[in-house]
Amino acid sequence: MTPKLFTLLLEAALSTLGISLVSIAIGFVIAMLLSAALLSGKSIYILPARLFISFFRGVPLLVQLLLIYTLLPVIGINVPGIVAAIVGLSLCTAAYQAENLRGGFASVPPGLIEAADVAGFTGAQTFIRIRAPIALRLTFPALVNEAIMILKSSSLVSVVGIIEITKMAQDLASSTYQPIPIFASAALIYFVINSAIALLGRYAERSLKGASA
Amino acid sequence: MMFDPQVIIEKLPEIGSGLFVTLWLWIAGVLGGVVAGFIVATARRFGGKIVNAVLGTIVEVLRGTPFLIQIFLLYYGGPFVGLMLDPIPCGLIGLTVYSAAYYSEVFRAGYASVPVGHVEAAACLGMTRFQTISRIQVPEMALIVLPPAINLAIILLKESAVLSIITVPELTATVSAIGSQQYAFLEAIFILAIVYWIIVELTDRLGRVAENRLSRLRFSKA
Repeated sequence: MTPKLFTLLLEAALSTLGISLVSIAIGFVIAMLLSAALLSGKSIYILPARLFISFFRGVPLLVQLLLIYTLLPVIGINVPGIVAAIVGLSLCTAAYQAENLRGGFASVPPGLIEAADVAGFTGAQTFIRIRAPIALRLTFPALVNEAIMILKSSSLVSVVGIIEITKMAQDLASSTYQPIPIFASAALIYFVINSAIALLGRYAERSLKGASA
Repeated sequence: MMFDPQVIIEKLPEIGSGLFVTLWLWIAGVLGGVVAGFIVATARRFGGKIVNAVLGTIVEVLRGTPFLIQIFLLYYGGPFVGLMLDPIPCGLIGLTVYSAAYYSEVFRAGYASVPVGHVEAAACLGMTRFQTISRIQVPEMALIVLPPAINLAIILLKESAVLSIITVPELTATVSAIGSQQYAFLEAIFILAIVYWIIVELTDRLGRVAENRLSRLRFSKA
């Protein structure tokens, strides 16, 4: 294991980080839309949202990635592999984040929602100003966990040929014939990034608590 | 391209054998993980500071790194340290170790949920540590650990699809191979997704039934 190989892995880690961050952000937006649909009280919104969440939580991410990867060209959408990978990861994490948020939205005191209603807030205003901020604060630890899960799951996009830590490690392991040091280094990089996310999460959680007190 | 699942459905026996491999690897991995995870959690609780720190670090590393990397390390790295494993045993070991790490955390939370007073009362009554664990702590934590344990089992079923990458002949590997042979990859993956979805939904339902049964059992005697 030379420093040069390790540098290559570190460069690939940037790709892992980028893919994960973009997917979590897009997934968060979709999860918010799903939550709004679930809370709308109208079954034409609730049923598709439930189906979406159940499907993407019920099917292995690897299968989802393969499905999206083969489906997009068939329905005439030709996008680079990395876009397909990000779409797959985003849809998957959206379902999990929506499920986490469901718990948060359930814990918003009904009195606050009634108060907003009496104060003349529209349904959308109540969602954006009252329900979402409270639910978000309550589910923040779950969001940090989900970020760690997605960072680990992003290793699966190596299967569709995207160069990130895992794919780079695989290529290096087969060209140098040193699988143990290379995969161990890849594991170390994942572990360090995940520990950093967990630490930042705990720090942010404390400041969030401070803000609400 | 027409969507024609017929070509896949003709291959039902092959799909069945892939499903069988997935199911037994999954069940064996979960059972092994529950047993090993419980032992790890118990050792961490009663084994002193050093044991706790060492096992805690191993658990954190297993939980903080992708399953795919762990499998690669075992499958491609194993032969370099004299550990020559075929895909299926390698997959089984990998899945068990990975699930043990997660189950140990479930049981750790379970131990923490049992009130200290109950454990002290058992000690006052002269129960040994083994008796306290088997008669007080395990029954009391059962209801707490069941929902996360079932969630974890579902996660592991989905994680087992990753084993197709090291050529374990499980469901994902079998169905996608059929898809490539028949030039019907989309149909194959679609059917694959549906099969997993059904198993996950069934497990989820069964889990909820078990939870209800257990809570009735637990509280009817109170």
